[in-house]
Amino acid sequence: MTVIATESLSKRFPRVTALDRLTVGITPGVTGLVGANGAGKSTLIKILLGLSPASEGSASVLGMDVSTQGSAIRERVGYMPEHDCLPPDVSATEFVVHMARMSGLPPTAARERTADTLRHVGLYEERYRPMGGYSTGMKQRVKLAQALVHDPHLVLLDEPTNGLDPVGRDDMLALIRRVHTDFGISVLVTSHLLGELERTCDHVVVIDGGKLLRSSSTADFTQRTAALAVEVTDTDRHPDGTAALRTALEGAGVTVHADESGAAPGAGRLLYITVTEDSVYDAVRDAAAELGLGLVRMEQRRHQIAEVFTQQPHESRSPEPGDSEHQRPQEPAQVRERSSADVV
Amino acid sequence: MSSEPTTTAPAPAQRGQDVIHNIGYRRYEGQRLGRSYARRSLFIQSLRGAFGLGRSAKSKVLPMILLAATSLPAAIVVAVSVATNADELPVGYPEYVLLLQPVIGIFLAAVAPQMVSLDLRFKTTPLYFSRPIERSDYVAAKYAALSAAVFVVIAAPVVIMYAGAMLAKLDFGDETKGFFQGLVFCVVFALLHAALAAYLAALTPRRGFGIAAVIVVLTVPYFLMSALQAIADEQDSLSAVGWLALGSPGTLMDGLQSKFLGGASGFPGGHGLSNAQGALSLLVIAALIAGSYALLSRRYRKAGL
Ligand SMILES: Nc1ncnc2c1ncn2[C@@H]1O[C@H](COP(=O)(O)OP(=O)(O)OP(=O)(O)O)[C@@H](O)[C@H]1O
Ligand SMILES: [Mg+2]
Repeated sequence: MTVIATESLSKRFPRVTALDRLTVGITPGVTGLVGANGAGKSTLIKILLGLSPASEGSASVLGMDVSTQGSAIRERVGYMPEHDCLPPDVSATEFVVHMARMSGLPPTAARERTADTLRHVGLYEERYRPMGGYSTGMKQRVKLAQALVHDPHLVLLDEPTNGLDPVGRDDMLALIRRVHTDFGISVLVTSHLLGELERTCDHVVVIDGGKLLRSSSTADFTQRTAALAVEVTDTDRHPDGTAALRTALEGAGVTVHADESGAAPGAGRLLYITVTEDSVYDAVRDAAAELGLGLVRMEQRRHQIAEVFTQQPHESRSPEPGDSEHQRPQEPAQVRERSSADVV
Repeated sequence: MSSEPTTTAPAPAQRGQDVIHNIGYRRYEGQRLGRSYARRSLFIQSLRGAFGLGRSAKSKVLPMILLAATSLPAAIVVAVSVATNADELPVGYPEYVLLLQPVIGIFLAAVAPQMVSLDLRFKTTPLYFSRPIERSDYVAAKYAALSAAVFVVIAAPVVIMYAGAMLAKLDFGDETKGFFQGLVFCVVFALLHAALAAYLAALTPRRGFGIAAVIVVLTVPYFLMSALQAIADEQDSLSAVGWLALGSPGTLMDGLQSKFLGGASGFPGGHGLSNAQGALSLLVIAALIAGSYALLSRRYRKAGL
């Protein structure tokens, strides 16, 4: 069963091809749509809502054709835009009630569902105040509430974590997860951060320049991209603890890279270890203990999404030593900006 | 279409979750009333909004003052007529509406941008268009609401005057005829002015520009045509007075009521329209309404998302 299916879907603007023969099927659950700025994420959402005609190809949402059944689709789908869309001089309650009625809910039902939905997204007393005074986090919650108020089968969330601080981001992602697990509503959520979607989504679709780069389950992604950063102390017996650990681990058949870039202070002391299976964690612990080294840090790192871009879609080779994965291991992984020259 | 739920059944919560949020998500199995209900709801919400209902106390002030400004003089006129046992009202129904033009101008300048530009400025329109209603529904509802708001403001004094005329026991036949002519005039007046103001307001998401544009279009051509008519009248060029009447919304309305609705002409020298000018003025009014509406619709084809 698919909630969204596109078949060779293209969208051409006079100077830009926003979507290029995109064929993808999305199943119920939480699906992340990942791509750099200008990758075509918002364009795809507008086509799925039946608001913007495709140049070529076809798409269906909940089994309905976007080109002919837009109105029926929009009755059963919720949409949260990426930009601000809230009038400042009305309260969240009034606004969401109005939007519920625009979705066809009778007045009483609109009020009841609004109260419920605002509570579910975590908006309490403040819902009676004008929205102009809300924080970004509260505004994002109202935007989500208006997308959920008519109890859709599917919500399309365009960059819901935009502008949120790390805590707000985590709250929003947890909320999105619950939209599926507790409310039973399928979710398509866009982001340019692969890292944050890994934890939230069952499935991730990566597009670049309007083309499908990869579509696979999150488990698949994380497995392939998990890495461990380890830092150890030096001892009298091992004046270069880092090198000693590296030798020991490589002897045990574990893939290890040092950080050669040396950009960050102390970066030369970090070892990046590819985690292929759980026993790797044990190997690290045992090696450090055997050498008598103190573990300064040991943390999960995710690879840059840029690495995903360099791999061929659907292929399954394991990362080779010397891959770019250890060069800029910051978290969360941020997609490189595509220059406008890339797009045209 | 597919009434089958297309999603999976709610799975048990998988991670440590906030208990408060976790209780009782309820599915909505009730009615979904669709497009025409949504259009009607938008119409009512916009009409109420024009008078500040359902909005902040501050936004009620101006519309209510203006409503009082159009109705109070009518009530005074009526009171004087009753007190002096006059045998007719000192001013006809359509003529009274014409006298209100400056007030209506202010009302439109305040309400049209509020009703139309704010959704553009705060980018709320995509939320409408991501729902079953179509862009044409949105435009129709907004235009109807603005027309209805203008109608309320100008028809209120007409009703007051008629009620007073009945109290003063003025001639029933004459007054009733005048009353209906007045209401017809109110309808045409509201349709034309709302169409112009809605289009002008939708041109820009900036409220200030919208206000300025509405005021300029409702006043400048009117003053210009009135001045030219005065010159034409000085030079005894009677037909020119009538032709110039086609040049502004205000003079079109004046010509309409004196030619077809039994009112007295407000043109210099009290001249009215010839038959040809009368027919043409009806055409111009219809074309202005249809043209503004078409441009308004086109604006939303592009401004949708
Ligand atoms: N109405 C339009 N007219 C012309 N070009 C457009 C239009 N809408 C989008 N584009 C172009 O299509 C491409 C894809 O845009 P889109 O908004 O879908 O990207 P996105 O993945 O949502 O990016 P972002 O992360 O910045 O939101 C961009 O190059 C954009 O400039
Ligand atoms: Mg976008």
